[in-house]
Amino acid sequence: MSVMVLMGSLELGLIYAVMALGVFISFRTLNMPDLSVDGSFVLGAAVSVVLSLNGHPFLGLGAAFIAGCGAGAITALLHTKLKIQPLLAGILTMLALYSVNLKVMGGRANIPLINKITVFSPFEEILRDYNKLGFSLAVLLLILFLLFLFLKTRLGFVLRATGDNDAMVRALGVNTDTIILVGLALSNGLVGVAGALIAQSQSFVDVGMGIGMVVIGLASVIIGEVVFGVSSLLRRLMAVILGSILYRLIIAFALELGMPPTDLKLVSAVIVAIAMAMPVFKKRLSIVKRKMSITPHERSK
Amino acid sequence: MLRVESLSKIFSKGSTNEKLALRDVNLSLGEGEFVTIIGGNGAGKSTLMNCISGVYEIDNGRITLDSTDITFDPEYKRSRHIGRVFQDPLRGTAHDMTIEENLSIAFAKGKSVGLQAGVSKKDINLFKERLQLLDLGLENRLKHKVGLLSGGQRQALTLLMATIIKPRLLLLDEHTAALDPTIARKVLSLTRKIVSEEKLCTLMITHNMKASLEYGTRTIMMHEGRIMMDLQGHERKDMTVDRLIEQFEKRSGAELDNDRMLLG
Repeated sequence: MSVMVLMGSLELGLIYAVMALGVFISFRTLNMPDLSVDGSFVLGAAVSVVLSLNGHPFLGLGAAFIAGCGAGAITALLHTKLKIQPLLAGILTMLALYSVNLKVMGGRANIPLINKITVFSPFEEILRDYNKLGFSLAVLLLILFLLFLFLKTRLGFVLRATGDNDAMVRALGVNTDTIILVGLALSNGLVGVAGALIAQSQSFVDVGMGIGMVVIGLASVIIGEVVFGVSSLLRRLMAVILGSILYRLIIAFALELGMPPTDLKLVSAVIVAIAMAMPVFKKRLSIVKRKMSITPHERSK
Repeated sequence: MLRVESLSKIFSKGSTNEKLALRDVNLSLGEGEFVTIIGGNGAGKSTLMNCISGVYEIDNGRITLDSTDITFDPEYKRSRHIGRVFQDPLRGTAHDMTIEENLSIAFAKGKSVGLQAGVSKKDINLFKERLQLLDLGLENRLKHKVGLLSGGQRQALTLLMATIIKPRLLLLDEHTAALDPTIARKVLSLTRKIVSEEKLCTLMITHNMKASLEYGTRTIMMHEGRIMMDLQGHERKDMTVDRLIEQFEKRSGAELDNDRMLLG
């Protein structure tokens, strides 16, 4: 693997880690698989590109966060107020966002951002070729720091407890509907930021770029947990980031080996399916081991 | 103080499975009164508790707590004044969070939930003090995850969490039924201690006839969605388990066939 491929994977891994942290909030903290991610990712990208075209790339990053929060809030309201199952609520938001994203993009399916000032431009002089990597890392570390602090606040505690045991949270006088709203908004806000950074890095936004993002996010979260552990909160967050980078390296490696890029989604799906099935495999294995350990003599008794 | 007036609850209304779970129940609890509730399966004990706490919407009647009408308040709002311990030890605590984190959430009851620090240093001393009362050594395990605790330890912790901010009403739904006898007794005596020290207005469901007379100041027996017997004062003092069963069979016209209730 060449250095360039490695650096590219690292850069993508860092940006997608922002998205993976968002998925971590909904999937692990709230214990709620949220599929609106596929739509809010593109929403963030579209909002930031449109604002960058008008000369406000950094404003675009903030707007992407807020737009993502809005999308997450819709999913939360569909679930809590209208009692639609979380999975379906996410799918509805994702579908609706497809049209919304096209509207944001002025009816075009693809907008290039070539020769425009992006969020990475101001760092070209100091960081040279590492400007994308450096800025992405800075954004990621800032988000990691703020998220860690947030999860240690009273609101953060209640958010974690809601995913763990929502009946308890209600019994302790907190409206879980509000907490789910905050959680999903924050989650999709981060996904929006990741979408914005990817669009800025690749210099374009495409209405179809969000397909399968939730699966990539899940893959990062699960790979991180399996490889780096879940012993403490900070470790869990770090694991998500490292999982995201590892996922990119796996993909880059597969591409090096000659996998056609069109197979990417298939491979992502297989990785997540295997990772999710790990507990079942482990259980089967232990049963088989126990069977083997019983001698034929004992079995005949 | 709790007042329940002509409370009715119907499950699966309008379907062939329609069930009148509570029929015109009236109940009034005075300051610091500790009421035990007994009755067979399907008598409506848990339904009554779930209607009071707001888990179920009621079909008729009125519920007032300290002269505030809470009939139409959502569950979480009522919870600010009501402490609850469930039968299932897993339901009262967040297993993936530490003991101090769980206690902090309980201690924040009724306060605003915002970006203030989740655990504050000054609360920790109070948590340790309270945990010492349980006599389970949990005061040295504040940073341990609750998932590592036994059912009895979790239930004792839940009891502490339900009462750390003094509630106006404490609801205990067979909170010792899932525990082994030794730890169940411990949790029960702990319950008695906390309730009497804090002078809490308490409703406790139990399957154990003996415990229903031994604990508390008043005993209510429910049958088919109604309160069938209300024992207090001398009448309760002179009551024995055998006579309680006799009375039940006479009044309900049914035989008491619940082994758990007799043997418990």
